[in-house]
Amino acid sequence: MKTRVVITGLGVIAPNAYGVEAYEKALREGKSGISFQPELKELNFGCQVAGVVQEYESIVRRYFSEEQLLGMNSSIKFACIAATDAWKDAGLEIPGHDVDYVNWDTGAIVGTGIGGMDTIGDKLIPFTNAGKVRRMGSTMVEQVMASGVSAKISGLFALGNQVTTNSSACSTGTEAVIEATNRIRQGFAKRMLAGGAEGISKYIWAGFDAMRVLNRDRNDEPEKASRPMSESAGGFIPGSGSGIIMLESLDSALERKAKIYAEVVGTALNCGGQRMGGSMTAPNPESVRRCIREALKDANIRPTQIDTINGHLTATFADPYEVQNWVDALEVAPKKLPLINSTKSLVGHALGAAGGLEVVACALQLSRGFIHGSVNCEDLHEKIKPCEASVVHKTQEVPGLEYQAKASFGFGDVNSCLILKKWKG
Amino acid sequence: MTKEEVLKKVVDILKKYSKSELAPEQITMETTILDDLKVNSARLVDIVLDFEDAFDIQVDDADADKVRTVGDGVELILSKVG
Repeated sequence: MKTRVVITGLGVIAPNAYGVEAYEKALREGKSGISFQPELKELNFGCQVAGVVQEYESIVRRYFSEEQLLGMNSSIKFACIAATDAWKDAGLEIPGHDVDYVNWDTGAIVGTGIGGMDTIGDKLIPFTNAGKVRRMGSTMVEQVMASGVSAKISGLFALGNQVTTNSSACSTGTEAVIEATNRIRQGFAKRMLAGGAEGISKYIWAGFDAMRVLNRDRNDEPEKASRPMSESAGGFIPGSGSGIIMLESLDSALERKAKIYAEVVGTALNCGGQRMGGSMTAPNPESVRRCIREALKDANIRPTQIDTINGHLTATFADPYEVQNWVDALEVAPKKLPLINSTKSLVGHALGAAGGLEVVACALQLSRGFIHGSVNCEDLHEKIKPCEASVVHKTQEVPGLEYQAKASFGFGDVNSCLILKKWKG
Repeated sequence: MTKEEVLKKVVDILKKYSKSELAPEQITMETTILDDLKVNSARLVDIVLDFEDAFDIQVDDADADKVRTVGDGVELILSKVG
């Protein structure tokens, strides 16, 4: 029998809220975190709005000393804030930096999609090209290495188990949760911090703007710009932030009488091989359906037991295909699709952090019995209309929620799917 | 610039890199930067860059490598500012 894995802590810093309670409130109230970015206008971006975490410089100073803040760019700051909140929420003590103690049973898998582009763009490239390498100081590598977002975390909590960064584009955060769950299931760790972080940088967003996959039509009404499932979706809105959860073996959680938000009962990861309709940027529909079905099989539940879906749903052309894939994978009539929402409608698409932000939303929804409204799809896409009854426009109280499916899909044709179950004690 | 003035500025610079609980007035010329002030060794590079900015001097890498104590830093700076 597999080791059972539960969620015992949550941490979040998002464009629409900082802190778990504020995030729940923002989700319930449909508060958008999308705002106009004057610099993007000056630089002739097509999309001039983004989901930017507010006032994080003052927040981060409440957490870390000046010494700790050396070598922390925006993605690392977000990861460290969310990880600290998840750690404390799990009821764990933060060890002193000079104590000879290592927590061998606890690790972290915290991913990022793009990484420290703010450091690369603002410092590394200008200093290098100006012939001033000597003046860059010691903190470049730790900020631009792919594992920067997890490396700092190990030092905060004296982690002694696996500490790494995964990266699978927009699937990253969900993949991190799955990899960490499996490490606990295999008996290699008792506890794992897991999630994703993505920084704030025009250099991250520029490439997507160049691809014309960002919405260029709502610069004058930012809160309406992120429109998953809408007929007038027009592309995604880049986001930022971090969502990190504490995963723990059920035995360990029960032993220390930890609060439990939900159980991770099913996981699946796969890739569509960029065949059968899949490509670098579009998912092979068969691989998406397989991924969902494999997660259900792993959870040992029937498709009809899923009460709600938190989709990938970014507001690109792919949303109608995703909804159809859910219908097909669950083998239900369109009007019988479980209730479905998109957290990206409120926070934008935070790339490597998206899965983390969304898993935190899922854990809150399950444990507190609600499904947050998916905003800006009053004009539901024509191809999603058969599922109209399943789309949650306004927050609903659903105390009987039991099983939630969460999927993420990324460039490279990669997929991840999680099945969470409400913890009933 | 007197030795005391340089020491005060050096202690000020070291504060942001130090993980020790030592109060500034407890820091002397003999205080070691890595062991007593618990500075991450990688940050010595940044400390020397801060010396360069604060005192408008140039420190070559060979001289920088010799800095072990607060006093080493102060003497190095004094030798450059004259």
